[in-house]
Amino acid sequence: MSDLPPPRSSKPPPQQQGQRPLPASLRRNAPLVPVDSAGGRALAAVIAILTFLAALCAGGAELVATSSEQWRSDIAREVTIQVRPNAQRAIQADVDRAVALARQTPGVQDVQAFTREESERLLEPWLGTGLDFDDLPVPRLIVLKLEARARPDFGPLRQALKEQVPGATLDDHALWVSRLSTMANTIIGIGAALVVLVLVAAGLAVTFATRGAMAGNRDVVEVLHFVGASDDFIAREFQRRFFKLGLRGSAAGAGAALLLTVLLGFVTRSWRASPAGDQIEALFGTFSIGWRGYAIVVLIALAVAVITGIVSRLTVRRFLNGNG
Amino acid sequence: MKAFYDNDDDESMAPAVHFENVGVRYGMGPEVLRDLTFSIEPHSFQFLTGPSGAGKTTLLRLILLSVKPTRGLISLFGEDVSRISKDELTDLRRRMGVVFQDFRLLDHLTTYENVALPLRVQGKEEASYRNEVVELLRWVGLGDRMHMLPPVLSGGEKQRAAIARALIVRPDLLLADEPTGNVDPSLARRLLRLFIELNRLGTSVVIATHDFSLMDQLNVRRLVLGDGQLHIDE
Ligand SMILES: Nc1ncnc2c1ncn2[C@@H]1O[C@H](COP(=O)(O)OP(=O)(O)O)[C@@H](O)[C@H]1O
Ligand SMILES: [Mg+2]
Repeated sequence: MSDLPPPRSSKPPPQQQGQRPLPASLRRNAPLVPVDSAGGRALAAVIAILTFLAALCAGGAELVATSSEQWRSDIAREVTIQVRPNAQRAIQADVDRAVALARQTPGVQDVQAFTREESERLLEPWLGTGLDFDDLPVPRLIVLKLEARARPDFGPLRQALKEQVPGATLDDHALWVSRLSTMANTIIGIGAALVVLVLVAAGLAVTFATRGAMAGNRDVVEVLHFVGASDDFIAREFQRRFFKLGLRGSAAGAGAALLLTVLLGFVTRSWRASPAGDQIEALFGTFSIGWRGYAIVVLIALAVAVITGIVSRLTVRRFLNGNG
Repeated sequence: MKAFYDNDDDESMAPAVHFENVGVRYGMGPEVLRDLTFSIEPHSFQFLTGPSGAGKTTLLRLILLSVKPTRGLISLFGEDVSRISKDELTDLRRRMGVVFQDFRLLDHLTTYENVALPLRVQGKEEASYRNEVVELLRWVGLGDRMHMLPPVLSGGEKQRAAIARALIVRPDLLLADEPTGNVDPSLARRLLRLFIELNRLGTSVVIATHDFSLMDQLNVRRLVLGDGQLHIDE
C-alpha cells in the first residue's frame, strides 16, 4: 500500500498533472433503498392487474353514463297524447282539439298526430296485415316534440285535456325516465365504488410491499440513519422507488384496458350489420368510449401511481416512528 | 446578538461527549457498563480499550444513541440527549462520523456512492461533492476501486471505504470501532495517520481497539474498560 498518498493538508492539494481525469459521471443513480427485483416485479404485476380492472369498471360506467344521457334526453324530448275512441264522440274532432291544445303549450316545438292509417300500421306487427280495423277501437297517438332542454309544465295541458277531451291521456314518460335514470345511476355508482375498492386494494398491496421492503432493508435503513439521513429523507426514497414501480404497473394495466377497448370497438363495428349488433349498440352505444373515457383511464393510471408513492411514504413514516 | 455568540462559545467549549454515572444493560441481563463518568473534549484524541467483550462497542453505541442508557446522563456537544427530538437526533448524527467494526457498507452501492452517502442524505447535489469524494477515495488508495461494489472489495479495502465514509463530512466527533482489525500492521499505521490528520483539522477522535501495538505508536489518553467500569490513563 505504498501508493497511499500523503495526508492532505487543510487545503486540498492542487490537481496534479499526471492525475487520472474524473470520470464523466460517477453516478449510477442507484436507489438508496434496494427493492428486490422479484418483489418489485410482483408488486408491479399486482398494480397492473388492479389498474386494468379499475380502468374497465370506470370505462364501463362511463359508457353507461354517456348512452343513458342520450336515451334520457331522447325520451324526455318526446311526450305522447293517447286518444281512446269513444262511441259517443267523434274521434277526429277530439284529436284535432287535443292537437290545438298541445300547440298552445309553451316549450312544445312540434305536434304531430298519427292518422288513422298510421295508427293502424303501428298495430300491424302485432295483429298482422289484412285485418279490418274498422271494427276495432284503435286509439290515436299524438306525438309532441319538445324544444331542447325545455321542461314545460304539463299541468294546464293535462287539466284542459281532462275537461275538453275526456278520452285523452298525456304520457310524459316521467316514470320511464326516472326509472332509467335510477338504473343508469346505480350502474355508474357501482362502477365508481368498484374503482374505489380497487384503489384501496392497490393501497393495501403497496402497504404490505413497503413493510416487506422495510423489514428486508432494516440494515440499510439503520446505516442511513447513522450517516445522518432523516426519517423524511428515507421515506422520500421509498416513495420515489414505489412511485416508479406503481407507474410502470399502472401504465401497463391502463394500456391493456385501452387496447381491449379499441379491440371491442373493432369487433362491435364488424357486428353492426347483424341484429345482435343492433341490440348491443342500442344498449351501449357504439362502444367507442370518447375522449372522456380515455382521460378517465389515464387519470386512474396516474392516481394509482400517486397512491402507490404516497402510501409507501406514509407506511415508512409510521414504521420509523413505531421503531424509533 | 451577544447572547447568541455567548451561547455559541459555550457550545464549542462544551465537551463533545459527557457521561455521568451511566449504566446500561441489554434486556434483563446484567449491567454491561456501570457508573461511567467521563468527558471527551473537543479536538482530543483517545483510544478506547479493554478485552474483547468489555463493552467497547456498547460504549460507542451509547454515544451514537443507538443504545439507550438504563441510567445516568449523556450529553453530546453540550446537549442533554435524554429527550431530544428526531430532528435533533439527525443533526447530532451529522456531526459524528462512525467506522463500524463490520463496516456496514451498502452492498448495492458502489464504493464511490457509499463514501458520498453522508453528503447525499443531506440532500446535497452530486456535482457539488464529486471532486471531494474522488479526491478522498484516491487519498485512501481506492481511486481505482470507486466503481466497484463492496462485495468484491478485500477486507482492507472495505475498511478504508468505511473510514472514508466517516471522514467525508469532516465530523466534529469520529468514532472508530476496531478500525485496524482487518489489516496488516503497515496499513494500520497508515490508517492511524489518517485519524491523526483528521484530529489536527479539529475533530475529536475515539478509536476503540484492543491492539496494543497500535496504541503504543501514540502517547494519548486511554479509556480502559474492564469489569464494566472505566479507568482512564491520561
Ligand atoms: N445486542 C446485544 N444483546 C445482548 N448482549 C449484548 C449485545 N451486544 C453486546 N452484548 C454483550 O455486551 C457485552 C459487551 O459487548 P461489546 O460491547 O460488543 O464488547 P466489545 O466491543 O468490547 O467486544 C458482551 O458481554 C456482549 O455479550
Ligand atoms: Mg466490539
